[in-house]
Amino acid sequence: MASWQWFHRLGSPKWLSGTIDRWLPWVLSLGTLLLLVSAVWGLAFTPPDYKQGNSFRIIYIHVPTAVVALAAYYVMAIAGAVSIIWRMKVADMVLRAIAPVGAALTFLALVTGAIWGKPTWGAYWIWQDARLTSMLLLFFLYLGIMALYDAYQNSASGNRAAAIMSLVGTVNIPIIYKSVDWWSSLHQPATLKFTEESTIATEMLQPLLLAIPGAYLFFIAAVMLQLRVQIARNEKNTQWMAERAAR
Amino acid sequence: MYFDSLTELWTMAGHGAFVWAAFAISFIVLAGLIILPVKHYRQQLLHIRQQQSEDI
Repeated sequence: MASWQWFHRLGSPKWLSGTIDRWLPWVLSLGTLLLLVSAVWGLAFTPPDYKQGNSFRIIYIHVPTAVVALAAYYVMAIAGAVSIIWRMKVADMVLRAIAPVGAALTFLALVTGAIWGKPTWGAYWIWQDARLTSMLLLFFLYLGIMALYDAYQNSASGNRAAAIMSLVGTVNIPIIYKSVDWWSSLHQPATLKFTEESTIATEMLQPLLLAIPGAYLFFIAAVMLQLRVQIARNEKNTQWMAERAAR
Repeated sequence: MYFDSLTELWTMAGHGAFVWAAFAISFIVLAGLIILPVKHYRQQLLHIRQQQSEDI
């Protein structure tokens, strides 16, 4: 069953540790570089939006954080499913590693969106808006999963509760995506589209095309950093972790 | 650069406060996502080393 080897390796914290050591510096520096370049480009070099003026520049941090905050939830829920089905301890660590990063990115999407809303809509926050409230729910889902881990004395029960909650919360994700189409919303419809032409000028789009992969790479690096802490805590009594700590 | 001066880049025709605040908050939160787990990891390794020396 050679084809399943990768799956078993994925379940080994020791193998995962080595992989994180190898990849982290590259993923983190490339992600940070892409985000910095796109920020400088978007802040200083792109022309302002003809309707919104300069406030539209917030798009270069708002959209990447929002996109990755949503994608992160899917990955976390997949880890939750793997944890429930195969009881793989690495899956629990991944779930636990993603939650704080997802929460931080959702927080940024909410805050940068609110700041963008003030000069554009005249208000920081509108409760009646489905896009805004479903995104706030995403933030609470992430926080809830983080809280579940701390709430349980028995870590196995905490893992299971968090995995179940992550799966239940996936209902919210398509609602967030579709909220701007299903309900009338102040939030503008999607700017980037895969199936038809994007509704954004090319020179405004270019920095965004750097920022989105940059945010994904940054997210992966941030999760690796969290995962490293999880592994060090979970495997503290093992020989190989003792050797790592002694280095 | 699109703007004629650094002052214009800073004020952004009235939107500067919003744009720069959004980027500053993002910078702080993203930096925290790197700094905090690095700190926790070092603390944990130190903790493991201390336990080892107690065992000996």
